[in-house]
Amino acid sequence: MSQKPAKARLGVFKLASCDGCQLSLLDCEDELLALAETVEIAYFLEAVRRPLEGEFDLVLIEGSVSTPEQVEYIRDVRRRARYLVTIGACATAGGIQALRNFADVQEYLQVVYARPDYIRSLARSTAIADHVPVDFELRGCPIAKQQLLEVISAFLVGRRPHVPRHSTCIECKRAGTVCVMVARGIPCLGPVTHAGCGALCPGYHRGCYGCYGPAQDAQVAALAGQLVKLGMSPADIERSLHTFNAWAPEFRRVTARGPALPVVSAGTTA
Amino acid sequence: MGQESYSRTIEVHALARVEGEGGLTVRVRDGRVVGVELRIYEPPRFYEALLRGRHAAEVPDIVARICGICPVAYQMSAVHALEKIFGVAVSPQVRALRRLLYCGEWIESHTLHIFLLHAPDFLGFDSALSMAQANPDLAALVRRGLRMKKAGNRIMQVIGGREIHPVNVQIGGFYRAPRREELLPLLDELRWGRDAAVETVRWAAALPAPPWTGGYEFVALRHPSEYAMNEGRLGSSAGLDVAQEEFLDHFEEYQVPHSHALHARRRGNGTGSYSVGALARWHLNYDRAPHWIQHLAHECGFSVPVHNPYRSIVARSLEVLLAFDEAIALIENYEPPSPARAPVTYAAGIGQAITEAPRGILYHRYETDAAGIVRWARIVPPTSQNQAQMEHDLWTVAPRLVSLPEPVAALEAEKVIRNYDPCISCATHFLRLRIEQQ
Repeated sequence: MSQKPAKARLGVFKLASCDGCQLSLLDCEDELLALAETVEIAYFLEAVRRPLEGEFDLVLIEGSVSTPEQVEYIRDVRRRARYLVTIGACATAGGIQALRNFADVQEYLQVVYARPDYIRSLARSTAIADHVPVDFELRGCPIAKQQLLEVISAFLVGRRPHVPRHSTCIECKRAGTVCVMVARGIPCLGPVTHAGCGALCPGYHRGCYGCYGPAQDAQVAALAGQLVKLGMSPADIERSLHTFNAWAPEFRRVTARGPALPVVSAGTTA
Repeated sequence: MGQESYSRTIEVHALARVEGEGGLTVRVRDGRVVGVELRIYEPPRFYEALLRGRHAAEVPDIVARICGICPVAYQMSAVHALEKIFGVAVSPQVRALRRLLYCGEWIESHTLHIFLLHAPDFLGFDSALSMAQANPDLAALVRRGLRMKKAGNRIMQVIGGREIHPVNVQIGGFYRAPRREELLPLLDELRWGRDAAVETVRWAAALPAPPWTGGYEFVALRHPSEYAMNEGRLGSSAGLDVAQEEFLDHFEEYQVPHSHALHARRRGNGTGSYSVGALARWHLNYDRAPHWIQHLAHECGFSVPVHNPYRSIVARSLEVLLAFDEAIALIENYEPPSPARAPVTYAAGIGQAITEAPRGILYHRYETDAAGIVRWARIVPPTSQNQAQMEHDLWTVAPRLVSLPEPVAALEAEKVIRNYDPCISCATHFLRLRIEQQ
């Protein structure tokens, strides 16, 4: 009797998040069943009722690290994973919940629950790569499912994924979309934002709002100068960067207030 | 002491096939159930706190991130609440396009639950992926579900740019109205979807549902002429009939030690628990569904009142059918709103709105200053509201679990929760923060 070669084991995990990035996998309606035949979806709590066991060839994980338990949990997941790929803005930059990282510490301490003793939460929400080594970060809020499929395919055959790191502007040009900032004077974060969405917002006549986070070599300060010329106040600019990737270094460096807390180094969780 | 004295705990550490992270515990002593807990340990993300200081125009994009499965619901409750503050009257065309977008989300969210999350409970599998590998009939069923889901997602892609966190919704309307030529190509697949939805209703109605005794107070919006989605008064099966603005007069939230999500209760209805979502909506709105869909429901033995949570899958299937049917009509009659957005003048004030998220009523309340900056936000998602009811249902089913072997008991307890299609990620983010005055 010949034995079939063992299928690669895929695990899908989450930390603090909206579930949207793992949902992207279930939104691959045309590819999902083929994927499930190609790999063993060994852990994916949102879709499969199966306990967490063993090790994985590839782990996809969404969400930010935001509780003491998650710090331990991500280390355990890392130990189980041959390749660990973080997916989405929460996992790669701390998500919108990282806005609390900017809060004044004293004010933050005054913000309490009706019964704060019931709640466990870290003062900061951080990217997974701040805590454990990560093999690849897939950007986006949410991630693009075609890029997700590319990442899965690449890691299964052992090559680097082809995910361009240039700005959204290139995608606009490729789509033939007229520049909303030049032609209509609409403020746009496209010049500093990581590609991947296909330049959706300009196609809907609005400026990019940066949900894919900073592009490689993003010149955020230069763009800020242009946004001022378009009539945005420093507060407006700060708010526009203070969204889903606010804690990404390139974005948080430029904001007027700057981080109120020292930058978290790997493994620190205060 | 009787020698039979013993203690036992039925424990589900991590609920599967739900959105977000939670677990449950049923405690048994001397053969008697002494405690049940639905534990939500999904970490809070403090949305209500981080919305303070944001401009109203940013709110629809921010609140979408509360939930990857029902972002449109958050966008809809937000824009309706904010439009009340700013006195914005949207055009009938904007109203229709919003309803079409919501139809897309109802289809996507409900078919996800029906086929991928809920069906395995009835058919005895750990996932729809295992179902698809089990035999050709089940594979065809899962494929049908995925194709229906894709049709719903397609509506959101065309109107909103993408199905998760769509980018086109704003206060007053849309950034850009889709052209007729963009929407018309969806019709063929939606017509297929409507036929598939009829099949799905029949299939869901034939699933074996465990018997259930006990009643519910169903709470949902009710509209004079439509199956309620974006508008209507707040009604209940116990006779509640109030304006959306009176929500907080009739419902209150409270914190429990074992959950990161606030519970909600109906003031003055005894236990306080109530049920929101597809089953509640159908109960209060079935007479607004097209006659042929009402007839189909009766024919399938699904006649109101249905006080059996396991049959929520039938209500969801009927709503998928409704949403396909409406989406077709909305596209056939589509006129692009022009302008795509009503003018908005920011102002100070308080606005509240409720819309029907796939999982039930979603309440938003905002307080803004004269520049349109949010001073205070409050959001009550459907899953928080269903928590008390889910625990109540666990109490109901628990005596039956006592004599079952552990893995079976745990599975049966989990099914009780999955009946509600809980979105734990949504529910958790609303642990309300209080500023302590010095």
